[in-house]
Amino acid sequence: MDIVELSRLQFAITALYHFLFVPLTLGLSILLGIMETVYVMSGRAIWRDMVKFWGTLFGINFAMGVATGLTMEFQFGTNWAYYSHYVGDVFGAPLALEGLMAFFLEATFVGLFFFAWDRLSRIQHLIATWALAIATNFSALWILIANGWMQYPVGAHFNVDTMRMEMTDFSAVLFNPVAQAKFVHTVSAGYVTGSVFVLAISAYYLLRGRHRELARRSMTVAASFGLASALSVVVLGDESGYMAGLNQKMKIAAIEAMWNTEPAPASFTVVGLPNLAGRKTEFAVKVPWVLGLIATRSIDTPVPGINQLVDIAATRIKSGLVAYDALLKVRQNPKDMAARATLDAHSADLGYALLLKHFRSDIQNATPADIANAAATTIPNVPVLFWSFRIMVGLGFWFIALFGTAFWLAGWRRLETHRSFLWASLLTLPLPWLAAELGWIVAEYGRQPWVIEDVLPTALGVSSTDAGNVLFSLIGFALFYSTLLAADLYLLQKYIRLGPEETLGRPVSAPSVTHAIGV
Amino acid sequence: MSYELLRLTWWALLGILLIGFAALDGFDLGAMILLPFVARSDIERRVVINTIGPVWEGNQVWFILGGGAIFAAWPMLYAASFSGFYLAMILLLGALILRPVGIKFRSKVDDPNWRRSWDWLLFVSGLVPSLIFGVAIGNLFEGVRFSFDADLRMHSTITLLSLLNPFALVVGLASLAMIALHGACWLNLKATGAVRARVYGIIPAAAIAFAVLFAIAGFWVAQLNGAHLSVPMAHDAPSNPLMKTVALIRGAWLMNFRGEPILWAAPVLAFAGALFAILLRSRPGYAFIGSALVPLGAIGTVGLSLFPFLLPSSSDPNASLTVWDASSSKLTLAIMLGAVAIFLPIVLAYTAWVYRVFKGPVKPENIVSESKSFY
Repeated sequence: MDIVELSRLQFAITALYHFLFVPLTLGLSILLGIMETVYVMSGRAIWRDMVKFWGTLFGINFAMGVATGLTMEFQFGTNWAYYSHYVGDVFGAPLALEGLMAFFLEATFVGLFFFAWDRLSRIQHLIATWALAIATNFSALWILIANGWMQYPVGAHFNVDTMRMEMTDFSAVLFNPVAQAKFVHTVSAGYVTGSVFVLAISAYYLLRGRHRELARRSMTVAASFGLASALSVVVLGDESGYMAGLNQKMKIAAIEAMWNTEPAPASFTVVGLPNLAGRKTEFAVKVPWVLGLIATRSIDTPVPGINQLVDIAATRIKSGLVAYDALLKVRQNPKDMAARATLDAHSADLGYALLLKHFRSDIQNATPADIANAAATTIPNVPVLFWSFRIMVGLGFWFIALFGTAFWLAGWRRLETHRSFLWASLLTLPLPWLAAELGWIVAEYGRQPWVIEDVLPTALGVSSTDAGNVLFSLIGFALFYSTLLAADLYLLQKYIRLGPEETLGRPVSAPSVTHAIGV
Repeated sequence: MSYELLRLTWWALLGILLIGFAALDGFDLGAMILLPFVARSDIERRVVINTIGPVWEGNQVWFILGGGAIFAAWPMLYAASFSGFYLAMILLLGALILRPVGIKFRSKVDDPNWRRSWDWLLFVSGLVPSLIFGVAIGNLFEGVRFSFDADLRMHSTITLLSLLNPFALVVGLASLAMIALHGACWLNLKATGAVRARVYGIIPAAAIAFAVLFAIAGFWVAQLNGAHLSVPMAHDAPSNPLMKTVALIRGAWLMNFRGEPILWAAPVLAFAGALFAILLRSRPGYAFIGSALVPLGAIGTVGLSLFPFLLPSSSDPNASLTVWDASSSKLTLAIMLGAVAIFLPIVLAYTAWVYRVFKGPVKPENIVSESKSFY
């Protein structure tokens, strides 16, 4: 493997590992806030014990999230040095703001959450818990603003004097519609994960007949919060699809395995067998109109197919070569104003010319065959996207059904009596993680060959370090992370089995009021 | 604000973030370095860990924000230094990853082997970063081997072994002593009983070790080839590091001090801080302020000595990164400065409040009686 593949694999592994811990942190932090609010408002000590018990599991997971997050902040520099140079002027800002505005708050208040129960009043502690939860979610907002810009690089232009993208409009970066849609979709997925976690472990206790009071209350909270989140994750996932339809038409076409343009209103392929080599999809089962509605919110706009998008890419490569030629002229003579004007006019396509770097270094001499080959590289891995997307969406609907049932049973106070429901809840435990990881595969693998959509090909973003170094770090991360994950899972199952009493070191409080409202 | 002033301000902010990291997270690292030595029994070790337990996570954000701010304000520095020092950075990350899990996981299992293993891993998590940061700083003075091509893609021939040169190792050890001293002064303030008695004895040793190593590095630097701008460069030109001429001149790293003798205040402050830590160690709060002045003086010395250079190249001096040609665009610097001006004071305010909430020493009897509530 060369340095590009090694660096991509390392980024993929470390990012997917990191996202094993992030969604649970996002979801549980809000659930802890809800439970503690009930405690402070009702004065029932059992709710405080619930916060402490789920908080212990939250803490074990949080430590892993922080640990694996460190790598994410610095890996752009170590492994993606040219990327960091090329877009750091834009991409660095939300990362720094995440540290300044969100992670500082989160990391400072997490200490209060765990250690200040006796040092703060109940109201103060509640505020600390909510500050932790809000900061956690705010943190996700900044990261997704950064990621959204990779998908839809607005508010920036190419500066030939510094050979990089520079920010022109900060508010466009901040209010990037793709980032907004991704943010709500991602945090909702985190809420689903947190809710499934609480639901499944509570179901385990009820199946064993243990910790009934705590489990039943936890389940009720998880059922209502989970239902709202599961609905929102699907609705806002649809919004993400619409946003991707704005500028990432190839991603949509690949998810649909739609080789040729669908006339309006486009139909949606439910299942089929995408054939990458033959550029066709066999045994496709189609539902009319649905794709047109998702991708264009209309019934009169066609959705372009992969083959047509490749043709468009070829045109943009030719336009990009005009920009590249002008860039070389400016480099020769920085005062060549005509060349600067040409570069500006074609700079939106400069990234497409850079796709040719995969085939030759002197891209200004590219042949029509090179251009056709480079245009074909804009097709992502269709079968992987097709199936990842379908499994993710299927899981999304399953979560709605599960939480809908839980909500209904909780309303009739019959959560404990339906063992098949409890088993279904328990067995659902790993599924939100599967859905979340598949979601990232659709989003990021579906962005290939771009690291910044239409601007910078992934292969050009890497550092020019030794491939051996990256192989070393890749193996190191894989072994190190797996060991830590084993320790993490061991501790989680240990504390889940021990249950709240052993975790707290005393019996769980009776579900009666122990003190009046007020501080 | 002019581009020149923005760049100068961001150079100062870079220093403030690094000093904030060393002064606040430094004592967390230092406490972990001392953990196996000043705390013998399990309960003593829990005392040490719980002195930093509620606050270390917030402190670590100085490091994360430092990384993010370098990315946003000095993208070329971020790209060149992190990829150039690749293996050193990976080791640093590995060590820092051990810390959150080590602190959280260690006391969650009642097995002596599990706990002892984590204690040593926590020691590594303190030792390795303290050394690597120092070694990296040392290499800035030695200069590192990198150049840029016309696309401004960096090419470097830095290896892990080339970073481990004698001068850099001296700076690494000075950094280690500085961090250990700060950790000792923290434990002197927050621990009790036998642990405190042991760190009390360590403070003079660590302070003297730092002072000696810092002085050696100072004399050594006068012998090194320092980067010097042959022709003054524009301070508001686009960030392109290929537009200047730089000469390597022996002793050039002291030119700023010769030009502005007031700058000697920075190294004097570092020595004074170490001296205060020794003399005032029976009054732990003051000694801690003393040991916090050490990174202020030491990192200040480094920055003032290198200015305007950020990352000098020894193989292609003209490609060195400076304050005037490695920054973000004017707009990005201005936006980020606005955010820092608003939010850093807020961060400092709630951080101060949290320290006040957790005021007072950590006592072993509390950990015994409420075992489940502590690390």
